[in-house]
Amino acid sequence: MILTKAQYDEIAQCLVSVPPTRQSLRKLKQRFPSQSQATLLSIFSQEYQKHIKRTHAKHHTSEAIESYYQRYLDRVGKNGAAPVLLELANEVDYAPSLMARIILERFLQEHKETPPSKSVINSLLRDPSQIPDGVLANQVYQCIVNDCCYGPLVDCIKHAIGHEHEILLRDLLLEKNLSFLDEDQLRAKGYDKTPDFILQVPVAVEGHIIHWIESKASFGDECSHHAYLHDQFWSYWNRFGPGLVIYWYGFIQELDCNRERGILLKACFPTDIVTLCHGAAAP
Amino acid sequence: MPGVGPGGHPVAALGRTRPSRRINPTPVSEERSLSKPKTCFTSPPISCVPGGQPSVLDSSPWGQGPAAGCRSLQEEREMLRKERSKQLQQSPAPACPTPESGSPLPTRTGSLTAEPADPAKVSSRQRLELVALVYSSCIAENLVPNLFLELFFVLQLLTARRMVAAKDSDLEPSPGVLDSLESPLFQSVHDCVFFAVQVLEHQFQVLSYLDKGTLKLLAENERLLCFSPALQGRLRAAYEGSVAKVSLAMPPSVQAVSFQPETDNRANFSSDRAFHTFKKQRDVFYEVLREWEDRHEEPGWDFEKGLGSRIRAMMGQLSAACSHSHFVRLFQKQLLQMCQSPGGAGGTILGEAPDVLNMLGADKLGRLRRLHERLAAPQSSCRPCPLTSFPGCQGFFRDFILSASSFQFNQHLMDSLSLKIRELNSLVLPHPEPSDEDGESDVDWQGERRQFAVVLLSLRLLAKFLGFVAFLPYRGPEPPPTRELQDSILALRSQVPPVLDVRALLQQGLRAHRAVLTVPWLVEFLSLADQIVPMLDYYRSIFTLLLHLHRSLVLSKDGEGEMCFLNKLLLLAVLGWLFQIPTVPEDLFFVEEGQVDVFEVDTKTAEHGLDGVPVVDQHLLYTCCPYIGELRKLLASWVSGSSGRSGGFVRKITPTTTTSLGALPLRTTQGLQAQLAQAFFHNQPPSLRRTVEFVAERIGSNCVKHIKATLVADLVRQAESLLQEQLVTQRQEGGDPGQLLEILCSQLCPHGAQALTQGREFCQKKSPGAVQALLPEETPAAVLSSAENIAVGLATEKACTWLSANITALIRREVKAAVSRMLRAQGPEPAVRGDRRGCSRACEHHAPLPSHLISEIKDVLSVAVGPRDPEEGVSPEHLEQLLGQLGQTLRCRQFLCPPAEQHLAKCSVELASLLVADQIPVLGPPTQHRLERGQARRLLHMLLSLWKDDFQVPVPLQLLLSPRNVGLLADTRPREWDLLLFLLRELVEKGLMGRKEIEACLDSLHEAQWPEHLSKAQWILSSVFRTTLKWSGCSGGPSSHLSNY
Repeated sequence: MILTKAQYDEIAQCLVSVPPTRQSLRKLKQRFPSQSQATLLSIFSQEYQKHIKRTHAKHHTSEAIESYYQRYLDRVGKNGAAPVLLELANEVDYAPSLMARIILERFLQEHKETPPSKSVINSLLRDPSQIPDGVLANQVYQCIVNDCCYGPLVDCIKHAIGHEHEILLRDLLLEKNLSFLDEDQLRAKGYDKTPDFILQVPVAVEGHIIHWIESKASFGDECSHHAYLHDQFWSYWNRFGPGLVIYWYGFIQELDCNRERGILLKACFPTDIVTLCHGAAAP
Repeated sequence: MPGVGPGGHPVAALGRTRPSRRINPTPVSEERSLSKPKTCFTSPPISCVPGGQPSVLDSSPWGQGPAAGCRSLQEEREMLRKERSKQLQQSPAPACPTPESGSPLPTRTGSLTAEPADPAKVSSRQRLELVALVYSSCIAENLVPNLFLELFFVLQLLTARRMVAAKDSDLEPSPGVLDSLESPLFQSVHDCVFFAVQVLEHQFQVLSYLDKGTLKLLAENERLLCFSPALQGRLRAAYEGSVAKVSLAMPPSVQAVSFQPETDNRANFSSDRAFHTFKKQRDVFYEVLREWEDRHEEPGWDFEKGLGSRIRAMMGQLSAACSHSHFVRLFQKQLLQMCQSPGGAGGTILGEAPDVLNMLGADKLGRLRRLHERLAAPQSSCRPCPLTSFPGCQGFFRDFILSASSFQFNQHLMDSLSLKIRELNSLVLPHPEPSDEDGESDVDWQGERRQFAVVLLSLRLLAKFLGFVAFLPYRGPEPPPTRELQDSILALRSQVPPVLDVRALLQQGLRAHRAVLTVPWLVEFLSLADQIVPMLDYYRSIFTLLLHLHRSLVLSKDGEGEMCFLNKLLLLAVLGWLFQIPTVPEDLFFVEEGQVDVFEVDTKTAEHGLDGVPVVDQHLLYTCCPYIGELRKLLASWVSGSSGRSGGFVRKITPTTTTSLGALPLRTTQGLQAQLAQAFFHNQPPSLRRTVEFVAERIGSNCVKHIKATLVADLVRQAESLLQEQLVTQRQEGGDPGQLLEILCSQLCPHGAQALTQGREFCQKKSPGAVQALLPEETPAAVLSSAENIAVGLATEKACTWLSANITALIRREVKAAVSRMLRAQGPEPAVRGDRRGCSRACEHHAPLPSHLISEIKDVLSVAVGPRDPEEGVSPEHLEQLLGQLGQTLRCRQFLCPPAEQHLAKCSVELASLLVADQIPVLGPPTQHRLERGQARRLLHMLLSLWKDDFQVPVPLQLLLSPRNVGLLADTRPREWDLLLFLLRELVEKGLMGRKEIEACLDSLHEAQWPEHLSKAQWILSSVFRTTLKWSGCSGGPSSHLSNY
């Protein structure tokens, strides 16, 4: 699903200050029925993450934390069964899972002598049953299952999607008889930067030579694409030459501007592949 | 010689200012300048002024005689300053002061129409003929510093448009000048052309080696035809016979230096930190390079401002010496890759008729813009002696060095450049195949020539940068102001050892008759020297050697043992260029040192010297000396009638050769066997030797890789299984992983000895086939078998040397890596390990994707946990379908990764908890909001079977009895707990959980702090469960029991 910048902006416009719940997602799908769900979810998630990055700091001042915690305590005191934490997150326009983390951390500070380590908090978020306070455990769990942009479940889904598309790509490469080295093999050889696949014999896609392929199970928006260019794609180019990036959930058309320079974008596995013919290899 | 006489020449008295040919004239003592005038044979070219302003000949010794004596340096500098400011302002003022007086002067300005030249109107034929003869002899004997400068001058005369009349009074012979010789040599355009054609006739041999375009323009020149039809005929024939063409190469896109695990992986770094720092640096380096590529042509963009701080920040991170050497290697490789390939220096065409369309077709608009800029702002100089420059991509590397301004970097760079120069300079290069007159080995020969060209161009590039960095600290715009200061600087500098012993390399080169390789790069190196360098004894002796070499390169000498013509021409061109470099003292060329005893220069080539092999072709000549192209431009401007246009922009010429150097031949071996092998190769074609060395090098290297992949990999596998055993015992006893590693290594390393045997076998097996495949079919059997044996020997030597030195360390490293891999895998997620079943062979991988399922189950969980809209709910069919899909996904394991499976397991347990607590809102008529018991049991059965049969990770069933999930029951009445009890009993029966395990979970429930009503519920639950289990097997079932509460 390749979108023009204008199409993308239209979608992004609808996502300003929308909480990351399944209800919001349902509305978005109704608003843009022609777009694929996965693309919409990916854009939603990215836009929401941008929003959180912008506002993250203001939720982490000690005053804010204290105020959230007090509000939480007041409200659960009145009714522990109500979705207190979730509503609090929505009220202050913050991700439920992240709000759960703030309150949990604050709670543990109060109940333990030593400040809780990050890994302890992570493991409690993964398994809220371990939280010593039953009410908080329920509240946290509710936040996590209701958050569609953050939290351990969402992380796992994202990881799984990435993994699945790598497998998909691997199968397609095998099917096309293109021999490659995968990330694990490259790492074992000590490569410092490893794309998903390096082709052992380069091919031409739409007339451009490519040496490597990177699979991205997300939508390629400006922000993420520039970050990827800086951290990954150019690094691959710096080591292995030109290559191909597949954004399975589409990308903004205008970003595919580095073809001549050696970074090609596609939203699916390419069909126009030219391989080196046997016997024609001699110069 | 007219006008050359010491002192008393009238022209000197006229006080005309002669513009400096040099930018930084070296002061020369008055005496010397009088006794040995330097300008006698260096005909200063006629200057041109951009913008079509009328100009005049600055001063020709032929017309006016040189300015006697040197003007004070101060004056000259003042002039220079003016000159520079003029250039900056692009002011249309003349390039040199208008003469106050003078005789008629030829002018070349385009705005004036050319005066026709007529042989019949030549004024003093005989005198001109004589002077032309003497002049030509001087050129032929290399008594002029720069051959091409003279040719340029002659062509300027040929294409002079008309004479500019000087003031009438000056036409009168000065008092006391009665000798007819003292009258101007060139009194008309006819004289100029006549003289020029005379000289060209003498220089025909050199002309015939010029490029096709120049030959064509010369042959088409109507004046030349008019004055010497014979010469025109010869030129035409030469033009038609010339096959040399210079092709337009495609401009290459920047290619990065590829990552090679052998040199670039972690094992090559001292620490993880150094490795990761370098990883980042590589990326910053290319980021900077890309930005430069994008922006350096933008007006107002400044390298230092744009990139300087980023470069310095990056260099600042290169703390360890080893990182510096890594970075320098990258830098140097990238330099060679970008600047040696065509277009790297900004490729342009050279040929018969530059085809602009063709050129544009092959390039992008950027090139057009650059071209336009060059045409729009030509430099004022039009002499074929440009200053050293860093064209195209070279500019990036120069500016990078300047901006980095890192002492460590420069030092490492110099080390690395020196090493590479030595290596390439001593490379064994092809000798002619003795019996290959028939062109059979033409392919080979082309390849060998190309190899020479690549090596030469690489050397020149490296040497230029070495010179740049080495003399960087000493270079300044001005020479030392006083003699005393200069002496003290000399005293200091003479103690500093040279960065590379170029003198020794030059001497070796001359002795081995490899001047054609060594001199061109040495010239590049010296061209970047500072003003003090030529005064240092060490470098002075180099200049002396070069001067003697120059004098000895007489082009007309031809015969046995002589250096090839184009080889000589290349050396003359580069040396001539060097002698015109501003930092090289002007008098250097004309001062007889007389100390040739340093080294006797001998151009007689030894049997196998490179100098005697025609390694230089026209293309290489023009590539190394693009300024020779100025001759063509001069002639072209005559045709086009716009001399101002052609002025002096230096064309860069694209090198033909693009191939990499490839594997360098091994230089190895000692002892008698080695001598025998050498002797064997001596009388064989050089390709045989290269083949054998190549095969040996590759097989040796492959052998090492093979041993790594077989023997070492086996040992690693053994280590893994040993470790597995150890870990089992260790878990009980407790032990140190470090110790474990030592034990393993001590057990396994002795096996490394097998490597040598296996390596020998490998080389023995593989080498002969490779040699056979690469040598001609017709190779005599004895030669073939010797070649095979030598290849086997060399390969074995290479492999075994490496193996015996490194095998133990290699095994250690690999075992260590395997151990740490295993220990890591053991650590946080033991669930990931263990035997894993794949999908069945018939599986077509059509099962739903795990990510989709997690997402679906998450939705169900969120609806169940709430908050939810009134219309939200889950249909029982949907739940059933979901569990069915989960089963499919778990059985097709194609897309499943352990973390996803773990989350699925956990979600399924959560789902079960919601089921038993009857918390799942069901879609349907409002009366029925709850799941039917039967449906719930069916779903639980499905879950039980998934847990038992399909999950391959441990399912966290204890979560069913976590306080939170038991808490869900609090809303229901105890008699509705039958589903939980059913589930628990099934778990026990299916062996998914033990009774004790369940009881432990129930016990721990008591420890949690709960509201009172929940505590009571737990108490009830645990007692009910205990009772139920005692009952199990009885027909009544638990539900009847529950109703008692």
